[in-house]
Amino acid sequence: MSHLDALEAEAIHIMREVVAEAENPVMLYSVGKDSSVMLHLARKAFHPGKIPFPIMHIDTMWKFSEMIDFRDKTAKDLGVDLIVHINPEGKEMGMNPFIHGSSKHTDVMKTDGLKQALDKHQFDVAFGGARRDEEKSRAKERIFSFRTSKHRWDPKNQRPELWNLYNSRKNQGESIRVFPLSNWTELDIWQYIHLEKIPIVPLYFSKERPVVERDGTLILVDDDRIPLTEGEKPMMKSVRFRTLGCYPLTGAVESEADTLPEIIQEMLLTTTSERQGRTIDHDSNASMEKKKQEGYF
Amino acid sequence: MAHVSELISTDIDSYLKSHEEKSLLRFITCGSVDDGKSTLIGRMLYESKMLFDDQLSALKHDSKKIGTQGNEIDFALLVDGLAAEREQGITIDVAYRFFSTDKRKYIVADTPGHEEYTRNMATGASTADVAIILIDAEQGVLTQTRRHSFIVSMVGVKKVLLAVNKLDLVNYSQEVYNQIVSDYSDFAENALDLESITAVPISALLGDNVVEKSEKTPWYKGETIMQYLENIEVKNQRKQTPFRMPVQWVNRPNSGFRGFTGLIASGETKVGDKIRLHPGGNESTIESIITWDGKLPKASAGQSVTITLNDEIDVSRGDIIATSTDPCGEADQFQSRILWMSDDAMIPGRQYILKSNTQSATLTLGRLKHRIDVNTLDHLPAKTLELNEIGVCNISLDKRIAFDSYENNQTMGGFIVIDRLSNNTVGMGLIDFALRRSENIHWQKMDVSKESRAEQKSQIPKLIWFTGLSGSGKSSIANILEKKLQSLGKHTITLDGDNIRHGLNRDLGFTSADRVENIRRVGEVAKLMVNSGLICITSFISPFESERKMVRSLVLENEFIEVFVDTPLSVCEERDVKGLYAKARSGQIPNFTGISSPYEPPKNPEIRIDTTKASAEEAANQIIDFITE
Repeated sequence: MSHLDALEAEAIHIMREVVAEAENPVMLYSVGKDSSVMLHLARKAFHPGKIPFPIMHIDTMWKFSEMIDFRDKTAKDLGVDLIVHINPEGKEMGMNPFIHGSSKHTDVMKTDGLKQALDKHQFDVAFGGARRDEEKSRAKERIFSFRTSKHRWDPKNQRPELWNLYNSRKNQGESIRVFPLSNWTELDIWQYIHLEKIPIVPLYFSKERPVVERDGTLILVDDDRIPLTEGEKPMMKSVRFRTLGCYPLTGAVESEADTLPEIIQEMLLTTTSERQGRTIDHDSNASMEKKKQEGYF
Repeated sequence: MAHVSELISTDIDSYLKSHEEKSLLRFITCGSVDDGKSTLIGRMLYESKMLFDDQLSALKHDSKKIGTQGNEIDFALLVDGLAAEREQGITIDVAYRFFSTDKRKYIVADTPGHEEYTRNMATGASTADVAIILIDAEQGVLTQTRRHSFIVSMVGVKKVLLAVNKLDLVNYSQEVYNQIVSDYSDFAENALDLESITAVPISALLGDNVVEKSEKTPWYKGETIMQYLENIEVKNQRKQTPFRMPVQWVNRPNSGFRGFTGLIASGETKVGDKIRLHPGGNESTIESIITWDGKLPKASAGQSVTITLNDEIDVSRGDIIATSTDPCGEADQFQSRILWMSDDAMIPGRQYILKSNTQSATLTLGRLKHRIDVNTLDHLPAKTLELNEIGVCNISLDKRIAFDSYENNQTMGGFIVIDRLSNNTVGMGLIDFALRRSENIHWQKMDVSKESRAEQKSQIPKLIWFTGLSGSGKSSIANILEKKLQSLGKHTITLDGDNIRHGLNRDLGFTSADRVENIRRVGEVAKLMVNSGLICITSFISPFESERKMVRSLVLENEFIEVFVDTPLSVCEERDVKGLYAKARSGQIPNFTGISSPYEPPKNPEIRIDTTKASAEEAANQIIDFITE
């Protein structure tokens, strides 16, 4: 049994445990590559039946337009129920990362949006595609990770998780975040996408795209909401994205890689880690842990 | 560069092909505080070039700011991920790290050394193939070294690498190294059940014998740590054991298909094999083995599959599909080893929930046979287990489950203990063997029933259970209630706390464990009274919710009436009819409910009496109204 076979079997086992024991599970679908792998594994886990839970996207109104197209097409092609939630208060106040900054935008549109959506639909278990190799506090998190009724994570008080035996009993108001890809690495994800021919958003592949430079980062001109200085013209560059999120907050990298092996090659030869393109991790040393305690996925 | 292989830049397709063939090895690092576990892992990640430039520069920055190595890189900061850990410079929870070589992918569980976090260490050990046990060359074999080794061996890790660390601090002395290896071997031979112990002299901080062979230990001829990990054979024991698959979930996409999903725990099966279904023992044969990638002729341990059977037999979650040539045992009483993982001590007699693979049952922990002192390995008498203590005890379940001993099959013999109120995982358990005693005692069938006895008295049997603080007024109300019921021609009996403690329960004190046993016995006696058709009134403080729940489960739902005599502590203390509160306050009575021992008020009692508003007479009438309704 190869390591990918073992990781696949483990993820399928985790998903079936949740479906057998949860009252109302949901899969958080971010449209990124990890979500694509997770969705593919869910199809495998419940074959020949359909995926027995909905997938949910927390939209921020600032995602790349290609992500939204890909999301809607995927849901249609696979015949899964797709729930899209946008924080109505954020929408009302015209949340704009160019004006309000990344931190506030993330708090309102992602963290609060997620909490609202989980409360609204009364989901007791939510699958997430996070991996332990992404970040230090993730490395400490259990596969079944409990949240209080206020969606808070208490890293100092995690349940022992023995063998592959998961205690999914929860108290009134508590919910569980479950991470079937905990033990996968970035390379495992790419390799699996390659082997299984899993569709992913085309933004991961290099192409000539219009970009502008902001604080040393290349930002895609995805629509006309991006403020251009007088006389500024977007540059056409061959770029791709290593992670996907809100387009104003996600830097492009210059690259010629337009096939999966080339992407993997580029990833293996690169000298910076995956999350560096995301502004959220730079805020302070323990920023992800803090965000997670507050309910960020 | 992140991953080292020439192939990456020259021939990515060949590289990917070779990466597909890699095997997976899980290992754990353990040992006492400051033995350098995190440093070792940081060093391995660094030397296998698994660190990115931005991570390395962040690490250098952090090392200067909060590191413990002066201007050198403090590798421990790489793995101690929680804010509290970085501040205190200790590891609190198990962290999982990943790296790969050309041959293997590794998952490392980095576990805490502090004694108070031993349960997190056991979490890491339960999935490990190999354990690296670190010893500080300056310190030698410590209590925590023995404790971790014992737990590693207990959960079934068979191969141990003994890394004698910080050798640079003892001038790379062969003598010191030999002494430590010999001390450890003496301990291990007596105490542990291991296949192999391999010792390596290292300095995690400086990298000696971690990846590259060190020039400073010319006397050492063996492998480096990485060489050991690359070469060690971990034969898949699970494949050689008989076929077992706990059913997780029944897949019924349409009326024509019924597939049983699960992760194969052990052994191998193929289409046409005869199987036995546990519990019960129905037999059938494998019709097909289905996966998304197609039907399989056979499948083995570690695979997640969906199985269909040739016969229409009832199968649901919690059932075990096993080979019929070597099926599981079934029993409801076992001897087991328990590692306690909760701050609240284990209480023999209390009911918990057992979860083993996909099976769940109500669990009662019996009296402890002994506790194991992992420092001396002595068997000590014990009434209870505190956090991180290990003991041997008999357990009994409310139903039969399928099992194998933990030694033979980890999935079928391992279980967790779950607290019914907090829902937390409070213990780890390993089944040693089934007890035969329950099988030979059958229920005697009686012709005269509870119903006929009650009918003779023209009444409906009840258990009226008073609970409340000492001095709340339970006994006074119970007394009036019984007089009134008798005058109505009812046949009653009252069990009173103080009175029972003079007789049946005179051997019990007031510790939590004894309080639980007190209520268990009273519950059983009350049940006999109810079965004889009586209206049984009991008056006990009964402070714990889980015991009241247990008693409730002994009789029928409509027979149990919980009466919460809700008198505030300040009022009870002011009345202090028996003078007990004064004594408790002055420290003369230990474990006094409300003062030095907790009272858990009922959440949904049938009747709640506020004695600051109602007299005992009114309260008794309230209860009579309730039962005659």
